[in-house]
Amino acid sequence: MNKVIDAVQSDAGVQQALETALQQEFKEEWKDIAPLLSVRELNKFYAPGKGCGDINFDLYPGEVLGIVGESGSGKSTLLSCLSARLTPDSGNVIYNSERFGEMDLYACEESMRRVLMRSEWGIVHQHARDGLRMNVSAGANIGERLMAVGERHYGDIRAKAEEWLTAVEIDTGRIDDRPSQFSGGMQQRLQIARNLVTHPKLIFMDEPTGGLDVSVQAKLLDLLRNLVSRLGLSVIIVTHDLAVARLLAHRLMVMRRGQVVETGLTDQVLDDPQHPYTQLLVSSILQN
Amino acid sequence: MSTATGYNFAYLDEQSKRMIRRAILKGVAIPGYQVPFGGREMPLPHGWGTGGMQVTASVIGEADKLKVIDQGADDTTNAVSIRRFFAHTAGVETTEQTAEATLIQTRHRIPERPLQADQILIYQVPIPEPLRFIEPRESETRKMHALSEYGAMQVKLYEDVARFGHIATSYDYPVMVNNRYMMDPSPIPKFDNPKMSMMPALQLFGAGFEKRIYAVPPFTQVESLDFDDHPFEVQSWDEACAICGSDHSFLDEVITDDNGSKMFVCSDTDYCRERVDQGFVGTAADLSTSEQETEQ
Repeated sequence: MNKVIDAVQSDAGVQQALETALQQEFKEEWKDIAPLLSVRELNKFYAPGKGCGDINFDLYPGEVLGIVGESGSGKSTLLSCLSARLTPDSGNVIYNSERFGEMDLYACEESMRRVLMRSEWGIVHQHARDGLRMNVSAGANIGERLMAVGERHYGDIRAKAEEWLTAVEIDTGRIDDRPSQFSGGMQQRLQIARNLVTHPKLIFMDEPTGGLDVSVQAKLLDLLRNLVSRLGLSVIIVTHDLAVARLLAHRLMVMRRGQVVETGLTDQVLDDPQHPYTQLLVSSILQN
Repeated sequence: MSTATGYNFAYLDEQSKRMIRRAILKGVAIPGYQVPFGGREMPLPHGWGTGGMQVTASVIGEADKLKVIDQGADDTTNAVSIRRFFAHTAGVETTEQTAEATLIQTRHRIPERPLQADQILIYQVPIPEPLRFIEPRESETRKMHALSEYGAMQVKLYEDVARFGHIATSYDYPVMVNNRYMMDPSPIPKFDNPKMSMMPALQLFGAGFEKRIYAVPPFTQVESLDFDDHPFEVQSWDEACAICGSDHSFLDEVITDDNGSKMFVCSDTDYCRERVDQGFVGTAADLSTSEQETEQ
């Protein structure tokens, strides 16, 4: 076996040809795929050094992008800007919508942004209270987005709510209970179900596992990973937990003081960090 | 013609009336849209019909005939005091008969007798915002109205069906006006909702506490929300009115003694009286005559 590899490697010409062929194939396969979200020169500062700036990246369909960094590094500000909840000072966020086509989020009508938010997008908040209606039942929480996009058949809404409760591993017997009677982990899962019910293409998550204990975190991450791969979702996930990033994200952006200091494939960034800050971040994880 | 000295005709000063009339005109121009207005202090507390009274004061003229009802009745405290207020400050004629009235201020009911094009119905509204249940922020509800984002309203009905098996909301039942604005019809029973649609009379709504005026112009479509598999239904009763025998009007359940005896009577007292005058009788007809005899 080794001999074969040696033989192939020694033959530089063959290797060159192989690589070119691979690259060609890759290009062929990807050339028609437009990015789902393109961010160009995005800036949002509350005060000098407070916020995020000079952000550029593309997110492709089916890709999970992790944004990591310490508290106050501008991760959440960036996520708010990306998800049309916070108008940036300058720069563009171009989203490739199924319904509206290519659109600049902050140049278009607010009504279009709001349509996106309840149909093609999902937003999972760190605190379930921000994303759920605590005074109506779990079923109504899941059904709300369906009703918002025009569903008017009670039986269908309820059937879909049950289906999604099952998908996020909540007992369907709890469908008429209020989220306030749920545990933290269940609330978070309900929030995910509520977002996924309209089959969004892009999900924004802000610390989805924050405030949960380790075993519940693991369960939630497992569920998320399955849903993301099964439904082919694109996700932008903000987290300060590198373990979460490693588990979910394909690609990482490391932020510090409002700037992106390093980007790359998750394994590459975590196993071979280049920037001193990333090195510090990676080395600060407890090893066992 | 004012009988009370020291007050302007119908209590409010003319500038305030003009401001309220502008709000009313805007409301009529945009059916179902809540127009903010500078609510004035009235000589009775908020929640007692100050919104309706300000609207009435702004549209009433010397030739008008005013009827005031509260829960369908002309003789309850609120109705009597508001009627006397306008009799006193505007010197207008008042009536208890729906057919005779040109202005009807109401709380909780629409008269059973169909209203005509020359009449105006004025509602007293406690909470004008139908979306308040689901969204506490005013800035957000305004945006929802502006963009016709009314899916969330359906959540209220969903909760009803999930909990009770049917749409249990029986009053304050949300409606869609002219296929555009979601409107709170004030706490009338949903029994009255169908009467609002294509009504020949002008309907004005005044919310004194929340300082909002809105309107449904004559012959405007008003639709009650529902689900495809749980259509909108009005209340029905197995009994008929004990006094006039009506089986098609909104009935109140009245407890008659300490042993749990009860009877059902029309909530619209004028309608009931009219039917009795026409010779209709209910099961309690003997009872009422015998009572009268003992009184005599």
